[in-house]
Amino acid sequence: MSHGVEGVTLVLAILWKDLRIEWRTKEMLTSFVVLAVLLVLTLSFAGQAAMGRVSTSRVAGALWVSFLFAGMLGIQRSFLLERENECITGLLASPVEAAEVFLAKLVGNVMLLGIMQALILPLAALFLGARIGAALPALAVVLGLGNLGFAAVATFFAAVAVRTRSREVMLPLLVLPLLLPLVILAVSATATVLDGGGLAEASPALVYLVAFDTIYCTAGWLLFEFVVRE
Amino acid sequence: MGVQVLKARSLVRRLGPTRVLAGLDLQVAAGEVVGVFGPNGAGKTTLVRVLATLLRPTAGDVSLFGEDAFGPDASRLRRRLGLVTHESFLYPDLTGTENLLFYARLYGVQNGNARADELIAWAGMEEHGRRQVRAYSRGMVQRLALARALIHAPDLLFLDEPFSGLDALATEAVEQVMGRLRSEGRAVLLTTHDIDRGLRITDRVYILNRGRVTWGSPGPADPDEFKDAYRRAVGAG
Repeated sequence: MSHGVEGVTLVLAILWKDLRIEWRTKEMLTSFVVLAVLLVLTLSFAGQAAMGRVSTSRVAGALWVSFLFAGMLGIQRSFLLERENECITGLLASPVEAAEVFLAKLVGNVMLLGIMQALILPLAALFLGARIGAALPALAVVLGLGNLGFAAVATFFAAVAVRTRSREVMLPLLVLPLLLPLVILAVSATATVLDGGGLAEASPALVYLVAFDTIYCTAGWLLFEFVVRE
Repeated sequence: MGVQVLKARSLVRRLGPTRVLAGLDLQVAAGEVVGVFGPNGAGKTTLVRVLATLLRPTAGDVSLFGEDAFGPDASRLRRRLGLVTHESFLYPDLTGTENLLFYARLYGVQNGNARADELIAWAGMEEHGRRQVRAYSRGMVQRLALARALIHAPDLLFLDEPFSGLDALATEAVEQVMGRLRSEGRAVLLTTHDIDRGLRITDRVYILNRGRVTWGSPGPADPDEFKDAYRRAVGAG
């Protein structure tokens, strides 16, 4: 196992490569953002048609449903580019450890989720009536914790799903049941901060989010080798 | 014979219920080009994947440069290995030079830029290094794939069916590489079912069938003797 500076260098090399490809093709971010915009708009119109003004908890729910479905599409793409020309074999034949590949993909996916959310939140404010302005610092913490857990689960299972024939269906089937606790916690914490409650009020949910993130990041780090090498 | 760089002993690899490698012994020494011949389905690709540490053996041992290939230092050992298969391992959306630089960083190559430029020139692609690989012809991809495998000057290069689908330039490049590695005291293990070309460039050969080594030559194989042995080995199953 490579350690310390060497390991960080390898993770950064993979991350640089992924971001460079994304900068050039914009495939992942485009699919993230377009689907998220459509989901936010659809949920906004559906919610308003049904209930008039949409409540904060429903806004939080709509946001996370949009993030999850759009995010899964994008995260899947991060492994599709490794399947082309069997690049994943090239990576695994090099001194890189599978765990370092997982970490690089995880960091890249969290970054892209963050960019997608930065583009979607103004739309959510406009169409869903979310009061984001004052809540932004606390919201950033909630989104960051939610993104980490979501990306850990989705990155791990995207490596499994991408090897199957029905990969587009397989990823949601694998990850949505596991993400239910995260969705409940993230929606609850997001609704609290959008209501002006602040991080202290959202802390019960945030503590469990941290635990969720820790469990799935550690599991991904330890088990990724078995997913990609065998 | 030089120092042994690769030694596989009683190697077994199961894929599901099938024993793809069924108790196989094999050695490669420094400065040797060793050929593994066999029909389709003999287990050649699985053998290369196990020896390159991509797959763990179900049973048996593999040692690389005198150390356990699947021990705690496996990633350090992989730094000394190169791998070429019919897949290029190149990212189509990166340029040729960016691909080489990426692999140079993975292998911790000092002066990666200079090394990448050197290999781009060696592959005869000076005018194409800044173009995306997606725009390359098949022959260019193959030459760049070879350059990628050589970026860190591996001590042991695995070539899995290196001649299948190659154009004349790339075939010449592969043969040139093997000669150069041999003269530098490095080792090559190649698998192929191209008997005539394979025999011409190897120092020793093994015949693999149904996951077992069924014949091995102590030195360069006589083509007629080899073909007899191949027919017997493969026919006998």
